[in-house]
Amino acid sequence: MAADLKPGQGPLDYGSRLWLKLLFGFIFFLLYAPIVTLVAFSFNTDKRGIVWRGFTLDNYAKAWNNASLIEALTNSLVIAFLATIIATVLGALLALLMWRFRFPFKGGYDGFMALPIVIPEICMGVALLLFFVNSGMMDFFVAMPWPLNLGNIVIAHVSFCFPFVAVVVRSRLVGFNRQLEEASKDLGASEWQTFWSVIVPFMKPGLIAGALLAFTLSLDDFVITFFTSGPETVTFPVKVYSLVRRGVSPEINAASTVLIVITVVATVLAMKLQAPPKPAKD
Amino acid sequence: MTEPIVSIRNVSKKFPGNVIAVDNVSIDIAPNEFFALLGPSGCGKTTLLRMISGLETPTSGQIYIGNEDMALTPPNKRPTNMVFQSYAVFPHMTVEQNVAYGLKVTGVESGEIKRRVAEGLEMVKLSHLAARKPDQMSGGQRQRVALARALVKRPKVLLLDEPLSALDAKLRDEMRLELTRLQENVGITFIIVTHDQDEALSMASRIAVMDKGAVIQIATPSELYEHPKSRFVADFIGKVNLIDAKVLGQKGNVITCEAKGLGSMVLPCDKKVGSGVAIAVRPEKLKITRDRPKGAKLISLEGTVRDVAYFGDTSHIVIEGRDGLDLSVNVQNDSRAGGSGVERGQKVWVHWAPEDSIILTE
Repeated sequence: MAADLKPGQGPLDYGSRLWLKLLFGFIFFLLYAPIVTLVAFSFNTDKRGIVWRGFTLDNYAKAWNNASLIEALTNSLVIAFLATIIATVLGALLALLMWRFRFPFKGGYDGFMALPIVIPEICMGVALLLFFVNSGMMDFFVAMPWPLNLGNIVIAHVSFCFPFVAVVVRSRLVGFNRQLEEASKDLGASEWQTFWSVIVPFMKPGLIAGALLAFTLSLDDFVITFFTSGPETVTFPVKVYSLVRRGVSPEINAASTVLIVITVVATVLAMKLQAPPKPAKD
Repeated sequence: MTEPIVSIRNVSKKFPGNVIAVDNVSIDIAPNEFFALLGPSGCGKTTLLRMISGLETPTSGQIYIGNEDMALTPPNKRPTNMVFQSYAVFPHMTVEQNVAYGLKVTGVESGEIKRRVAEGLEMVKLSHLAARKPDQMSGGQRQRVALARALVKRPKVLLLDEPLSALDAKLRDEMRLELTRLQENVGITFIIVTHDQDEALSMASRIAVMDKGAVIQIATPSELYEHPKSRFVADFIGKVNLIDAKVLGQKGNVITCEAKGLGSMVLPCDKKVGSGVAIAVRPEKLKITRDRPKGAKLISLEGTVRDVAYFGDTSHIVIEGRDGLDLSVNVQNDSRAGGSGVERGQKVWVHWAPEDSIILTE
């Protein structure tokens, strides 16, 4: 009879192997070291941001007082907000269509709708630019007052965000028990009442996850935005790019940190909202 | 029969691919009946139930509920409510909201909703769980929510699709009694779909046995058991010994026939028969003795005990006779000593009274 195994010695206790823990730590380090550095250097006193000289909050004040940086950040947030709402509605409708109905060439339509996910961003950027310029929409939107002059960027963002929303919402709908819908109708509800009081609540976690995805995709998009933005409408990623070409300043670190905080808070909120209810008892 | 509450007339349902799910079915169901649709899986019983509720449209034929043709009435306007097999309790609503749902969407006034929901929860004994969410409840409790949700709508007909199949054995027995009690209390017509003959026999006032989309026989439980119309019904309802026999002659109310492994015999029979019949005998009607039974009229044979299965209250014994004839016999274990008193390999005699034989022509 062999001696009792110590915890972690069992043949399937991979998680407690030392080499695996080290590997895990190493990968974790590779993933997060750049972000940690970025955040840390936003508190650096050194102007050129290469060597650590001491702690300060000046960079945040400077970033706050840099009007063009703040303008770019505001633009980005407004665009992301609008694009998220439109993309979520469109994506949810697409998901419902693909889940609910059968029609000719459905397979082809499905693939066609997913095209923005696989198409290279640079192609999409050029295509949208050509479209906006040739259709006259570029001139039309550029002449508009803020925030309407962001219209072309919002349209561009919606067009690459909504397929992602559709994918997420549709995968949620696959798990829907059709008998719930039938039960609702059997109990006297109309199609419309059934949709709002049974199907939409079921879709909610998918809608939140999809919206979150759309928000982050829109917020940090560079390539497509770069092609479709007018001279007056600069977004945060585009602004950062133009600043970095003249050398990295700690202000950018500070502004980026703020952006990270915004996304993390949004994610945490969304996850809280769609947290599964407490598991069943008895 | 009084005016039927549900009248199904020549209803058929074809699915794409020429699958005939329901084949020319006609059934009249009286008010206050506890009616069961019984059949093996895939016999079309659930499709028929869904057509009554309006969730499925008949390919041909009419369904009348309370003398009104339902052809153009959508499910949300029919005076029927359904308890689904998966219960279909709304997961994002509390028990109370679930039960109130059907009243709320049809614009019942809120005071009335409150009163009826409380009453409905009382009826299924769930008042103490009104604020719970379905995922914090057991299957039996969810079942009750589904029941209450349907009953507060006060339908003319309550449809139940395999309501007990997802419950464990003990809970099933409890729920069976409760459903019968509820039906008596609320005075609503119940139509239940089940593949479990015990369920149908113990609850229903009448049963329609279905096979391959068609109704084979509609009768009360005891009539189905003691006077099945065909081999299928005899075999599906309860256990039965089926013995093939060749008819030698028919005179008045008796037939003379030559049965496999039993020789020639005279049996009472009041219907016209052809050249071949099946003799059906229920296992509990057979008796086992050690010696040749006395009584000239009894049908008897000698055989060897091949198998004894002990079930506590009864033992099921298989006896092998001549010509490959196997007979199942149920014996009550009515004394604590010795069980059924027979052992495998033992030679015994089996006998039964001729009037306990059912003559089947189909």
